[in-house]
Amino acid sequence: MARLTIEGLSKTFGVVDVIRAANLEIADGEFVVFVGPSGCGKSTLLRLIAGLEEVSSGDIRIDGVSVVRTAAAHRGVAMVFQSYALYPHMTVRENLSFGLENMRMKKAEIARRVDHAAKMLRIDAYLDRKPRQLSGGQRQRVAIGRAITRDPKIFLFDEPLSNLDAELRVLMRLEISKLHNRLKNTMIYVTHDQVEAMTMADRIVVLRAGVIEQVGAPLELYNRPRNRFVAGFIGSPRMNFVPGRVTRVGDSDFDLECDGLGSMTLPRGGRAVAAGQFVTFGVRPEHLELGAAGAGPWRLKVEVVEQQGSSAYLHCSAPAGEVLLHVPGQARQREGEVLDVGPAAGAWHLFGADELRIVGEGP
Amino acid sequence: MAEAAATPLGFLALKRGGRRADWTDWVTYGYLGLGVVVMLVPVLWVVLSSFKTEGNLMEFPPTLLPEAAKTVAVKGYERPLPLYVVKSADGRTATLAQVRRVGIEAQMVDPAHPEAGLVTVPVDAATPIRHFHVGTGNYTRLLDSAGGTIWTSIYNTVFITVVATAITLVMNAMAAFALSKYRFRGSGVALLAILATLMVPATVVLVPIYLIVSELGLLNNVWGVILPVISTPTGVFLLRQYMLTIPDELLEAARMDHASEWRIFWRLILPLATPALAVVAIFSIMSRWNDFLLPLVVLNKPEVYTLQLALAGYSDENGIQYGMLLAMTTLTALPLAVGFLFLQRYITTGIASTGIK
Amino acid sequence: MHSDGKAMEYLGAAAALPARALEPVMAGLQRVLGMGRLPWVFLAPNLAIIALFSLAPVLINVMYSVTGTDNLYPGERTFVGLANFATLLECGNYLDPATCSRDLFWRAVRNALVFVPTQVAVMIGMALATAIALNRDIRARGFFRGIFFFPVMLSPVVVAMTWLWLLQRDGALNGILGLFGFERVSWLTDPSRAFKWSVFVTVWAHMGFYTIILLAGLQSIPADIYEAAKMDRASPWRVFTRITLPLLKPVLLVVFILAVIRSVQTFDEIYVLTGGGPGTATKMIVHYIFDTGFAVMPRNYGLASAASLMLGLVLFVFTAIQMRLARGGGANG
Repeated sequence: MARLTIEGLSKTFGVVDVIRAANLEIADGEFVVFVGPSGCGKSTLLRLIAGLEEVSSGDIRIDGVSVVRTAAAHRGVAMVFQSYALYPHMTVRENLSFGLENMRMKKAEIARRVDHAAKMLRIDAYLDRKPRQLSGGQRQRVAIGRAITRDPKIFLFDEPLSNLDAELRVLMRLEISKLHNRLKNTMIYVTHDQVEAMTMADRIVVLRAGVIEQVGAPLELYNRPRNRFVAGFIGSPRMNFVPGRVTRVGDSDFDLECDGLGSMTLPRGGRAVAAGQFVTFGVRPEHLELGAAGAGPWRLKVEVVEQQGSSAYLHCSAPAGEVLLHVPGQARQREGEVLDVGPAAGAWHLFGADELRIVGEGP
Repeated sequence: MAEAAATPLGFLALKRGGRRADWTDWVTYGYLGLGVVVMLVPVLWVVLSSFKTEGNLMEFPPTLLPEAAKTVAVKGYERPLPLYVVKSADGRTATLAQVRRVGIEAQMVDPAHPEAGLVTVPVDAATPIRHFHVGTGNYTRLLDSAGGTIWTSIYNTVFITVVATAITLVMNAMAAFALSKYRFRGSGVALLAILATLMVPATVVLVPIYLIVSELGLLNNVWGVILPVISTPTGVFLLRQYMLTIPDELLEAARMDHASEWRIFWRLILPLATPALAVVAIFSIMSRWNDFLLPLVVLNKPEVYTLQLALAGYSDENGIQYGMLLAMTTLTALPLAVGFLFLQRYITTGIASTGIK
Repeated sequence: MHSDGKAMEYLGAAAALPARALEPVMAGLQRVLGMGRLPWVFLAPNLAIIALFSLAPVLINVMYSVTGTDNLYPGERTFVGLANFATLLECGNYLDPATCSRDLFWRAVRNALVFVPTQVAVMIGMALATAIALNRDIRARGFFRGIFFFPVMLSPVVVAMTWLWLLQRDGALNGILGLFGFERVSWLTDPSRAFKWSVFVTVWAHMGFYTIILLAGLQSIPADIYEAAKMDRASPWRVFTRITLPLLKPVLLVVFILAVIRSVQTFDEIYVLTGGGPGTATKMIVHYIFDTGFAVMPRNYGLASAASLMLGLVLFVFTAIQMRLARGGGANG
């Protein structure tokens, strides 16, 4: 129904390469999230797919047919804008039907579609109001409704929730996910919030500086990040990174000396490491365990304890910077205490000097 | 976009955002280009023509650039003689200098061989040689004409413009200050009164203003043109809007520092309101320099004429001296045009904001 | 901006002297009057000028219009009631100025009734087209905007002189036509041609002002609405009629009223360009007032004032409409 293929796509503004040779395959009915820091090109990529920007080189194909020369309106895509872009002088009903009128659809059909979308999004009570009489969340739904009435192959969302307050954002996130389950269309969603990405996506596309760093299911990116950037971007709070050096390499294990934190022995798991190699050791705050007293391997001093009720954050100091622990329950540790901390088995990563994750066999 | 920018035409075709231009863009550029021609060319034509000599101006069809006859100094003749290309009956051409013209014949001399004497040549056979010549004669004559009365007009206009603007700025700022920073009984009425003057343009009260100016003894006096126009509602509104954005805490702090209100006005409010004052000043300068109807009615003696009156009056005299008229037109328009070049952004943003309000 | 900072410094320094001189006076007034009444001191000069040159004149106009004789001084005038108005409005056949007792007045009214709609329509139409062109994604927008605005800076006399020079029998326009083999035309000696040129010249001189305002209005429409319309498959014409125009309506109305108010008062350019001629072909209302009160002998201040009041009434209506629009406008989501 709506397969999207991006091949060798590049976009240059003036002398700046905003998107570099991107390749991507999106299957029919997938919910794909483009995520990345500000300026990474995720919105540009979306707008290239929409047809609101011209490609500099490369191809975009929907269901096998190239659309780079097709006008935005004829690609069979619908866009929900960050600022909703509702026509302020038209009622909600007129906003929803404007696009359909342009396609010379019959009045009965337009009415049917408008009512259907309005009911689905629970805005049927507001059909005769103007946008300025609606709240942010209601306007959001009108913008989505406008996209739905067009019955497109692919839905495009450009940071739709960033203008809403936190509580509303959580509600709308659920609504959009439920919408996807119901409509089963291909949807591409752009956000800078990795929580939205993790919770909503079938697959996530992580972008940095115009380059696609990794594509995969949320848990795939969480468990097996391709490089240090993805590891640090996905997962909140951020993964701890400690610089270190491999001191000894054995067949099944190796010794790692972390700056100022002493040495520890870790199972090698088939990784290609060499003695003397400089690496970065990465471990998520939720994967650091408190060891038996004196067992180490790290001894960290607690600087700040943040109690959340169901869990706690222990901010500890280390020579190479802060190390954060995320422990369940209500922590009994106090500020100033020295703790013995170690990584949970199999829940740590090594990144080489090239920032790529050093992979072993197995997960 | 390297490919598109490779050719000059391709470069021009790029819009902001790096998209290729389509036919609507060419139409837009065509329309704008035409607009530039229609807006600029008439004025440029006046300026160019002001540098032409009287003879040059009389010609039809008019020449594009100012031209004058090329002259050469010939031995034995005190004044330089104009050069002509003369075609003789057998088809040969020669360059000769004309000494004098008698009827349909001209007496010419060869500039290279003046001793050879004069040659008589039919006028039809001689075409003048001309070159581009910027003649400032019109300007010099204008500035000297009639004992330099134009300097009086210039002085009058400058005086009116500067004085009226200065007073307008102070007066309107004072009114705006009162209406923006104080809450007092009757402020609404005062605002309404100022607003009401928008309904009373000069064209409607021409006769009464004439009476009042006359009663004040200010007929044929520059002050008769200054006083009626120094209170402008739009100026007050603009300044008031701007002053409303000055935080009241500043004034309260100054008051606690024992500053009188007058001091606050001069040392705090006026400096902070400079951008709005600049806009009001520009509008005032434009209006006063270009003012026509009121001066036409109030100033009836040449020694109090403004430049606009003098310029308009020039066309009533017998024997219109077009050269000087053109020079005067250029001079009258020059100051504002030059000011416009530098202050364009102020002016256009100022108008946009008053219009949208 | 730095340059005018310096200028303001010097101006400030120059102004400081009289300001300092007045300070003791003003401080004294502040003590005597208190904060409640001090604002009136600041308002006083402005209000005085307004009273003298705006409000009093209206009353004087009324006084003049109900009195007769050609005396300037009110004491020497005789009360005639509404006779002046009656004279102005007296017409055998309202469609034929020649049958009116003040045919000049009616010719002026007729001219204005044709001139105002024509000139305003042409001017707003061109200003809108130009604003749309300037709103597009073009290079050197500031340059083009400046060019179109440039004639607004020229005084009406300069404008008229410029076009007089071009439209002469031996002028450049005829010269260009001659290049194409056309005969010379006397542009300003034919009534209908002079009228059309009056429209053209006034549009030429003032269009830029309205273009700037309309451009600002266009630029206040968010860009993503146009993108949404693009995704909604709206053709350029539909975008213009269903989105741009409706959103521009408030600004368009204000501009329209401003243009009408100015157009009704047209005098300066036409006075110098055609002198109201040939004959009375381009004589407008303000010109009639000027003639009756200041040019013709004997001066008829009564008629001039009566005509002024009628003009004032028309302008009042339009200005009131404009203020109502400005107050209630700007209703965009």
